Amino acid sequence: MAELFVYGIILGSIIALGSIGLTLIFGILRFANFAHGDLMTAGAYIALFLVTGLFNWLGIPDKNLGFLSFGWRMIFTFPVSMMAVSMLAILLDRILYRPLRRKKSGNVILAMSALGASFIIQMSVLILWGADSLFYKPGVLRPALELPLEIKIRPDQIFIILVVFFSITALHLFLKHTKMGKAMRATADHPELARITGINTDRVIQWTWGMGGAMAGLGGILYGIDVQLHPGMGWGFILPLFAATILGGIGNMYGALVGALVMGVAQQISTAYILPTYKPAVAFILMILILLVRPQGIFGGRS
Amino acid sequence: MEIGGIVSYLVSLVILAGIYAVMTLGLNIQWGYTGLFNIGIAGFFCIGAYTSALITTPMPTGVYAQYVHQVFGLNLPFIFGILGAACVCGLIAFLIGVPTLRLREDYLAIATIGIAETIRVIFNNEQWLANGPRGLMGLPQPLQGWINPRDYNYLYVIIVLFILLVIYWAIERAIRSPWGRVLRAIREDERATAMSGKDIFYFKMQSLVFGSMIMGVGGALYAHYTKSISPDVFTPLYGTFIIWVMIMVGGSGNNKGAILGAFMVWGIWIGTKFMTDFLPYTLKARAPYIRFLLIGILLEIVLIRHPEGLLGEEKKVSKMID
Repeated sequence: MAELFVYGIILGSIIALGSIGLTLIFGILRFANFAHGDLMTAGAYIALFLVTGLFNWLGIPDKNLGFLSFGWRMIFTFPVSMMAVSMLAILLDRILYRPLRRKKSGNVILAMSALGASFIIQMSVLILWGADSLFYKPGVLRPALELPLEIKIRPDQIFIILVVFFSITALHLFLKHTKMGKAMRATADHPELARITGINTDRVIQWTWGMGGAMAGLGGILYGIDVQLHPGMGWGFILPLFAATILGGIGNMYGALVGALVMGVAQQISTAYILPTYKPAVAFILMILILLVRPQGIFGGRS
Repeated sequence: MEIGGIVSYLVSLVILAGIYAVMTLGLNIQWGYTGLFNIGIAGFFCIGAYTSALITTPMPTGVYAQYVHQVFGLNLPFIFGILGAACVCGLIAFLIGVPTLRLREDYLAIATIGIAETIRVIFNNEQWLANGPRGLMGLPQPLQGWINPRDYNYLYVIIVLFILLVIYWAIERAIRSPWGRVLRAIREDERATAMSGKDIFYFKMQSLVFGSMIMGVGGALYAHYTKSISPDVFTPLYGTFIIWVMIMVGGSGNNKGAILGAFMVWGIWIGTKFMTDFLPYTLKARAPYIRFLLIGILLEIVLIRHPEGLLGEEKKVSKMID
């Protein structure tokens, strides 16, 4: 059980990278971005292209680092792939969502457009890479470390927790202490009021997509390292992502973090009792319970 | 012979487009008239198909019982299958509506995605329920003995179009009644409707339940057409997304538009199949993805350029007023 709890924290920290971006977009743009999971997929596959294609061609060494199952080549893909997903998110906003916002289309139309974007990303991945599950590096898994309480953990998983911890701390500092971060929080709080006080909300929206995209891309890469790459991986995250966002209260980044950890732990612990394929259903049931009991989320936020 | 082949191909195309038109009409009640954002159509599609299959097939006996597991098999006629499918879908819609219909509109969307995914996972994993991933086969077809099995589709197309017409007529009647006007009022302005003394939650619930019942009928029609169903048929792509594209292309809030959209998008979908036949061999395996990519792009173009669809909403609200 202790082991499942630790695996839950790992899964939850990956979900957190998606749900934090999702909750910021939900809060600032006020629509449900159904393509958010697929931004994670995009990040994972762009990294795959870099690792097996471009960086391979450039001749960046790929010797494993210490106990990890990957080397410098993989480390270099992180910033590049995250940037690329940022650009993709901003591009989607420019092409699809901004024209709809200008026309004052309802939130539901925007959400539908995002659903379309989700399928467009999935289909593009399927066309380019096919439907099979892929790995960054085929081969045997590194031996697991034995921790007390019979917890077996791979070095890659410790790396994942550390990366998530540092990136969320960095995002926290950015939101708390920079001018743009403050503007983003203000806009999430009250868009009209923010606009009146002279905040350039268009720029805020762009930054939100950029940050949300980068975090989602990172989450996708980490999931690819931990488990595998699959064209439907992001779609499979959609329920835990939204459940975490709703649990934490929409627009509340710290709520989304806690919500994600709860979802990760709940999904992993459930595998002790029911089939692992029911993981999305567990997130769904939890979400329904939250909607029934406390639809505004545990930390307030907007209902 | 050539001509005969083309005609029977067209008939099979019309059957499937007709079934999709039934689904689209169900969605039109929810989305077109009430503004409910249901993106779990695949779930109701699936439940409708399986319910009807379980009601109309006999419980497997003898050797079959070792290979085919199902929770029950009632061996009842087709019409009970259709009615049962509608009832079970209505019940599930009700259960989904209770926690979500009082909240903001996107919550219903998220919850319906959840129910669709959950239903698919359940049918995939629970062997005892309906034979797990292998699904059910050899479903009976209505009036099977009346006609040469080779020509059966000519009969089934009539059944599908007849049911489609009945549903179309019923919705047209309902939507021009006071009840239908309340639904449209909710879509336009919830608060004003509430102030006129209408119970928003109650009307939204009726719309969600009736729409989902019609989707269940669509699922049942599908099951008895293909005669075999398995959980992987009811994916978000074939079960939900394409139906949304149909209604957006045809025109939400217009039943003729919903039917037109279903036939057009299904035509485009089949038409692109012929186009991808010309692709080089290496790309052929991925042709369906290219076709779905095009359908996705079509949706985005419609949303941005022609959000009202081909046929916009009819402004006539009652048969009493011109």
